[in-house]
Amino acid sequence: MIAPYDTGLSYQFGRALLEPDLPLPRGVVGPRGKKAEKRFSVYRNNVTVSLINALGDIFPALKTLVGATNFGHIAREFVRACPPGSPLLFEYGHDFPEFIGALEQLRKYTYLPDVARLERAWLDAFHAPDADPLTAESLGAIAPDRLGAVVFDPHPATRLVASDFAIVSIATRSRAGEPIAGIDPANSETALVTRPHAIVELRALPAGGATFFRTLLNGHPLGAAALLAAERDWDFDLAAAIAALLESGAFTTLSIPENTAEGA
Amino acid sequence: MSQKSILGASALAGAVAMALSGTTLIASTTGAGAAEQEKCYGVAMAGKNDCAAGPGTTCAGTSKVDYQGNAWKYVDEGTCASMELPDGRMGSLEPLDRDMPA
Repeated sequence: MIAPYDTGLSYQFGRALLEPDLPLPRGVVGPRGKKAEKRFSVYRNNVTVSLINALGDIFPALKTLVGATNFGHIAREFVRACPPGSPLLFEYGHDFPEFIGALEQLRKYTYLPDVARLERAWLDAFHAPDADPLTAESLGAIAPDRLGAVVFDPHPATRLVASDFAIVSIATRSRAGEPIAGIDPANSETALVTRPHAIVELRALPAGGATFFRTLLNGHPLGAAALLAAERDWDFDLAAAIAALLESGAFTTLSIPENTAEGA
Repeated sequence: MSQKSILGASALAGAVAMALSGTTLIASTTGAGAAEQEKCYGVAMAGKNDCAAGPGTTCAGTSKVDYQGNAWKYVDEGTCASMELPDGRMGSLEPLDRDMPA
């Protein structure tokens, strides 16, 4: 039986967990009516530390970039401002990139929010449903004059993260524990995040490749994607982009819609 | 118009053929590798499903350290300045702790 009083208790309990200056919630007692301040402090600490650690695991590159100590402070502020909305820890932190972007202290480091978006997309890809990626044979079986009309179904794990900064280079190096000296952050990269099998893969797409994949992921046919990419980027390498399409596992199946077949 | 001809059917077919010839081997090798991996469900965080126990998590006496969120305001933007070298590139972030308050 849940009385209305319990609703109030769980609200007070939740607030007191995230705001250490609040007193122990009324009704929280130890065994045999003993005081529970210390016990509650332990629990409060566990909650906060576990969420901070979760953010560190979700955003390892970001943690390296700002330093573990600073990251701990930022994460603690975030935990208090944006407590989890889901009991699933791996769903936490979708608001973290925006939170980072609003921090006065990090304003100079304009690439950090996009690095965080990429890391959040990495975990989304990791937990996305499994699916078999498109085989090279299925594309090879299409008649040459019909290739332009082919459309692809995106793999559930596939994510595209556009950025004005070198987010793939920065995130990949940081996650590998290597120094990021020598990377020009202003070198724009769009990240293609895929998980063809068990391992999440990151690819940096140049401008044309980003247009190519974005067009395909939006359901447009191969011919249109190639044309738009070539217009966007004179250096666009169509063969390399198609190779990346197959190797990355960004798609699962292909088809040729009936009404567009003649436009090939 | 000229671009359309560049990306005509033969160009597209040529690009696909080139891509296919280059990816056949890679696709088969990654496929073999994938068979040896197994996916573990229910892990909290990319294989880091440890108990969140860490410094201070089992001792109420140390908990106050973790509550000092206001420490952040003492960390000025200089803590990240080590990322930038004179030419606008970034450097190592290892020395970040040096700017922490005493």
